[in-house]
Amino acid sequence: MKRLTLSLVTATALFGTTQLMAEDALKVGLMLPASGTYAQLGNAIENGFKLYIEKEGGKLGGRDVEYVKLDDESDPSKATDNINKLIKSDKVDVVVGTVHSGVAAAMAKVAKKTGTLMVVPNAGSKLITGPMCAPNIFRSSFSNWQPGYAMGKVAADKGYKKVVTITWKYGAGEESVGGFKESFEENGGEVVKEMFVPFPNVEFQALLTEIAATKPDAVYTFFAGGGAVKFVKDYKAAGLMNSIPLLGAGFLTDGTLKAQGGDGEGLLTTLHYADSLDNETDKTFRTAYNESFEMKPDVYAVQGYDAAQILSIGLAAVDGDATKTKEIAAAVESAEIDSPRGKFTLSKAHNPIQDIYLREAKGEGNPVISVAAAKLDDPAKGCRM
Amino acid sequence: MDLSVFLIQLLNSLQYGLLLYLVAMGLTLIFGIMGVINLAHGSFYMIGAYMAYALAPLVGGNFFLTLLVGLVLAVILGYLLEWAFFSFLYDREHLQQVLMTYGLILVFEEVRSLLVGDDVYGVSVPDILSGSIALGDVMTYPVYRLFVSAVCLLLALGMYLVFTRTRLGMMIRAGSVNREMVQSLGIDIKFLYRVVFAAGVAIAAFAGMISAPVSSIYPGMGNQVLIICFVVVVIGGIGSIRGAFFAALLIGLVDTFGKVLLPEASGVLVYVLMALILLWKPNGLFKAG
Amino acid sequence: MIYKEKGKTLFVGLFFLALALYPLVGGEYSITLVNKIMIYAILALSLELLVGSTGLVCFGQAAFFGIGAYAAILLSPEDGPASVWFLLPACVVLAATYALFVGALSLRTKGVYFIMVTLAFAQMAYYVVHDTSLGGGSDGIYMYFTPGEETWLDLSNPVILYFFTLLFLVWTFVFLAILLRSHLGRALAGIRINEQRMLASGFSTYPYKLAAFVTSGGIAGMAGFLFAVQDGFVNPEMLSWHLSGALLVMIILGGLGHLHGAMIGAFVFVFLQEFFKSAEIFGDFAEHWHLGLGLTIIISVALLPKGLVGLPELVQKRLFGTQAG
Repeated sequence: MKRLTLSLVTATALFGTTQLMAEDALKVGLMLPASGTYAQLGNAIENGFKLYIEKEGGKLGGRDVEYVKLDDESDPSKATDNINKLIKSDKVDVVVGTVHSGVAAAMAKVAKKTGTLMVVPNAGSKLITGPMCAPNIFRSSFSNWQPGYAMGKVAADKGYKKVVTITWKYGAGEESVGGFKESFEENGGEVVKEMFVPFPNVEFQALLTEIAATKPDAVYTFFAGGGAVKFVKDYKAAGLMNSIPLLGAGFLTDGTLKAQGGDGEGLLTTLHYADSLDNETDKTFRTAYNESFEMKPDVYAVQGYDAAQILSIGLAAVDGDATKTKEIAAAVESAEIDSPRGKFTLSKAHNPIQDIYLREAKGEGNPVISVAAAKLDDPAKGCRM
Repeated sequence: MDLSVFLIQLLNSLQYGLLLYLVAMGLTLIFGIMGVINLAHGSFYMIGAYMAYALAPLVGGNFFLTLLVGLVLAVILGYLLEWAFFSFLYDREHLQQVLMTYGLILVFEEVRSLLVGDDVYGVSVPDILSGSIALGDVMTYPVYRLFVSAVCLLLALGMYLVFTRTRLGMMIRAGSVNREMVQSLGIDIKFLYRVVFAAGVAIAAFAGMISAPVSSIYPGMGNQVLIICFVVVVIGGIGSIRGAFFAALLIGLVDTFGKVLLPEASGVLVYVLMALILLWKPNGLFKAG
Repeated sequence: MIYKEKGKTLFVGLFFLALALYPLVGGEYSITLVNKIMIYAILALSLELLVGSTGLVCFGQAAFFGIGAYAAILLSPEDGPASVWFLLPACVVLAATYALFVGALSLRTKGVYFIMVTLAFAQMAYYVVHDTSLGGGSDGIYMYFTPGEETWLDLSNPVILYFFTLLFLVWTFVFLAILLRSHLGRALAGIRINEQRMLASGFSTYPYKLAAFVTSGGIAGMAGFLFAVQDGFVNPEMLSWHLSGALLVMIILGGLGHLHGAMIGAFVFVFLQEFFKSAEIFGDFAEHWHLGLGLTIIISVALLPKGLVGLPELVQKRLFGTQAG
């Protein structure tokens, strides 16, 4: 009995029962989180991606698109096996993923080696468009550094002199704060204290007291998801919201405002997307997204949408031959991507050169106030290509 | 650090410690007293938090009514779980419980995903407790946090009294030492344990519900409290109600001041504390009881 | 009894033979998958030595695994491949050294307290690689060149790596099987069954337990080395309690007290994941694969009190109404 089940399982797991698809279909591997903390983000990215493909009649580079989905579990120790499965077993032509930086970095390592076309629709780690950069790897989202850097200038322009930063002790937080500090100090400000909370701990009270005692002119923060909800609620409850302005990378108030129950009202954040942008692409995108999925799109959906768009531009130039990565890179590098966030181009390291918006939280949205940094390029340290 | 800041931090430690005790209290029953290595404790906490969010609209948005309904549901859940999944495990190798509760974590997370989705949610503080008290010149302290602390103190006291002053408490403690003996005294130990288990689940879920307004509700939240709960129970001495209480306060103190004074090491301090305590006192701070 | 022993040996022999022949039929991906499972099987064997054979439930095995893996990357030069003959022993020694430190202290405690102290030390190692720049921080760190590249033992070649890993799996199994039959092994079994009695008869158990702990840590470090070589990328999550927990689940699922149980557990656990994640079988519901995995584990606890290794005995009992062997 055991042997039988075992061999059955073995058969399905190891020899793969991939159905034979139409020969000319382009296989897109969607390696996104379907379980755990980031599941909702993975879902939005997938929706955005599919929306663009549908708009193009279900085709990329003239070939029908065939999806292979894989839950990455946001677990970096399984990342290499997972992307290997997509590339070697499912024989995908393109990989799209993912949210978690550690997983995306491990994926990039494999894609760099195998030369598989890959688009990162979220993870902002400096590794991906830094030391891991490659002609076949693109990012449709942002680098952690970008929103932070844009906010540094905003804070200095507001006349803040002394700022305290607080974030989780992990890559994304440190890079975001690093960007903020760089531009804030270039513009005459001073980061008087950098506070870190062990990831993913959400007990902030001790450090909020510390902030109250330090009395800085403002606080810059990077938190996302459940941590962002709790931080904003705690900040408000500690009575700091009125006396010490809170600034943040956009994830603080993206998809979290409702859960914050009004405590996030009026928060200023910087991000590469915002509500009430005045461009036609965004309006049509929002209407279409709303119709297809019966919910409002968010920044993750946009990143998914643009991931498809980048692939579409690249693959159109090579008639859908995903192995011609050099030609694809050339086509994408010279193109202007008509994103809902506004038009952007890709840098040499394949990170978006994009406008970073200053937004103010109102109700459940983050309408734009101004452009905090126009056509901001990531420094892409360590990228040799 | 001047005196007023020091005092506020002390209050923070106390408040966090009490919250920790509240979250770990259910585990002191199921793991501490009954000896079941319950990895699904975090899931019970998570279920509570999601109930606070999902039940509210069904009972007209009244937070206290939600608490009550949630508590009843949690007791039923605990009772059924013990009957279906644990009652046959007591005679087996202890580690089988690890496997069972690991399976339960996976199931609960997926059921949560299927029923409520994967979004991040929040629950607002009930109006009556939404005020705050000024502390120093810039800070305020939310009344709700003080309310949670008070509830926790009451629960701790109640549990202590039940276990030291009542016949029921005596039977439970006796049962944890020697099942057969208690059984031979004509006490239905099976039923008794089922009740203790249900109480443990209910308290864990209650902790999730009552802390929901001051935290956030998100996928995977249960796993994040799991380890710290075990740390609380073990440092205090397994089976010691009193021990868990003081352990939680101690951890609150170390964590709060650690974040301020030793920020580089704040992630690891709790574990250093646990290692030091157990190397000094290999059976935890307090004896069972 | 003898019949049963023979059956077990036959099973393990056939199992290794199947693994050796597998590259003939398996595709490129499935070879790397089986390779990864073999690494987890080595790791599970190292834990089985502590949990199943000695009765020491270690909840921090991932730390030794992670230290081996991080050592493999940090000790590799950036300008060329490292020598396998230097790197592998170095990883084993480093992991075993940490195990010596952890074991020397944590073996002062017993039972659940021991579980938690080993967890504490593992978490300390986790935070060192996660929160300091030593190992690239939370996003992890990668290897520039695979050890042995451009020599006969080119571990960047999946097939060579496969047999290299298989060799170590077989070696680990045989080594542990011999060890458990030795004087040390009998002492460990005595500790598991009744440590009090051994202590009472004047037998000092501490050095034996420590020896087992260090051996186990060293083997876990070897598995870590193999992981780092295969993936070329390591991340702090390799040291997290989630992995330590999953390893415990593997060996309990397989059946405690049997070396082949640990191996079966590792293989079945990964296969189950692959099975429930498979979109070809479950379609869109594959997203909720945790549900199937969780239910299967629960059912196996209910039906298999001795784990998967108890299955043949159970079947025999059902079919013929007699005890096996």
